[in-house]
Amino acid sequence: MLEIRWHSRAGQGAVTGAKGLADVVANTGKYVQAFAFYGSAKRGAAMTAYNRVDEQPILNHEKFMRPDYVLVIDPGLTYTADITANEKENTKYIITTHLSKEELIKSQPKLEGKEVYVVDCMQISLDTIGRAIPNAPMLGALMKVSGMFDLDYFKEAMKKVLSKFPQKIIDANMAAIERAYNEVH
Amino acid sequence: MAKKYELNEVEVWDGNMAAAHALRQADIDIVAAYPITPSTPIVQNYSKFLADGYVDGEFIMVESEHSAMSGCVAASAAGVRAATATSSQGFALMVEVLYQASGMRLPIVMTVVNRALAAPLNVNGDHSDMYLGRDAGWINLCSYNPQEAYDLTLMAFKIGEDLNVRLPVMVHQDGFICSHTAQNVRPLQDEEAKEFIGEFKAVNSMLDVANPVTHGVQTEEDWHFEHKARQHNDLMNSIKTINEVFAQFKDRTGREYTPVYTYKMDDADVAIFALGTTVESARIAADQMREKGIKAGVVSLRVLRPFPFKEVQEALGNVKAVATLDRSAPGGTFGMLFNEISAALLAGGKKPVVLNYIYGLGGRDTTIEMLKEVYEDLDKCAKAGEPVVPLQQFLGLRGPKLSFY
Repeated sequence: MLEIRWHSRAGQGAVTGAKGLADVVANTGKYVQAFAFYGSAKRGAAMTAYNRVDEQPILNHEKFMRPDYVLVIDPGLTYTADITANEKENTKYIITTHLSKEELIKSQPKLEGKEVYVVDCMQISLDTIGRAIPNAPMLGALMKVSGMFDLDYFKEAMKKVLSKFPQKIIDANMAAIERAYNEVH
Repeated sequence: MAKKYELNEVEVWDGNMAAAHALRQADIDIVAAYPITPSTPIVQNYSKFLADGYVDGEFIMVESEHSAMSGCVAASAAGVRAATATSSQGFALMVEVLYQASGMRLPIVMTVVNRALAAPLNVNGDHSDMYLGRDAGWINLCSYNPQEAYDLTLMAFKIGEDLNVRLPVMVHQDGFICSHTAQNVRPLQDEEAKEFIGEFKAVNSMLDVANPVTHGVQTEEDWHFEHKARQHNDLMNSIKTINEVFAQFKDRTGREYTPVYTYKMDDADVAIFALGTTVESARIAADQMREKGIKAGVVSLRVLRPFPFKEVQEALGNVKAVATLDRSAPGGTFGMLFNEISAALLAGGKKPVVLNYIYGLGGRDTTIEMLKEVYEDLDKCAKAGEPVVPLQQFLGLRGPKLSFY
């Protein structure tokens, strides 16, 4: 079982990202779960979304999770949310930031000694999509770090997920995924 | 003519989307609804399907849930297929009309996304609304995941509309944990689903002006009792039709449903008896207990009403200790499952230890670890042959432990 936790602000597309990933994974014959913690949270509030991926039907409905990957798609949440909650020894962190990895860890010491990857999903989504919707680039970064799917396969699969959108938006998302895939480190 | 919706063999749908597609495929004439969290997306998705040309029927946006169910009653009495969706406070507001629907023998279908009842106000999942409506004379079907929410919603129409039944049917799913959790769902194609459900057959239709009828009349002590007895009789006997429809659905899809759900009960010494998504989580806990040598199993009601009394007795026939998990504040007594399961066991001449756990209120997370603690309690009781923990406990409650008896 592979488990992923997203840290996001409501409105940044973590739920859409988690569902998009679930769609792509389900097409490969695996079983998926995508869910989020909702309250009466409004746009901008810190929230978490989750994915589970397995070869078997997923029966686990607990919200509790020890994530294999933590995806932080809002730069501020690295400091204000408990992004290391319930971590495992080998939990991997992919964090949206304009800082270098060294600067990031220096500014948030609890990431020290952990497997941390950085990518500027905000700038990438502004440059490609024209809005601060960092979910698609984060998926590109996750593909690179996890090796879940190769870039071309993932882009083709995401095109199907996004097929109801205008071509311009699909193209912009593809550019965002590719750039994050190449820039995450 | 509604457009055909292109569906993949496997879709990734949350429980709300799954229920909305089942409603779309059911060719409903009238949906009267008032959206409420967490079932809002069912109403929202359905009205979008209609706006996009995938639905032929009418959608009536009413001003309250009382009116939503009243609209369904009127449509169904007029002689057409009617359905709606609701949760929690909306369900509570409908209660008066729920009894009208069943008493008038109207085969309305309602998808219920279970949520806590205020106060304090809470939008998350528990079974307070399900428990509130359980005596309203409806058939109650329970799902544990989005696939089942879809399957049971399709089957609900076929069951309720059967000429031997003619009763309204609710399909329950857990708020958020099922309704907002996307999982793999294998839907039927539109034509296949329509063929399975079949055409609506009007009975005592008010629109049949050549044969005038009255619905919802007054009966005092001369006839009221006979009406209610007949209604109860037909609800009790509806289990035959439910089983037939389950069998037909299995023939078509391979997916098997039974009035009582069991997991590893053949040799189980201890069992968790729960409803909703917890049933599946409990399977994981049971497997982990078995690795430790404790023969653990899981039992649930797929059909809450009519209560499958005999099947419950059979499922728990050899168990030494059973924990009934009620996800609803019992309001001054034991939980409903404790009372009903204990009664079934006692009537069957069995006296295993029966424990009651109140859990998950207002969406409190129910973890595998908590369920394993329940099995540990059960194991102790099974070995002692008597209760060695309090009969009613609160699972996952913060602060000092609360227990009774």
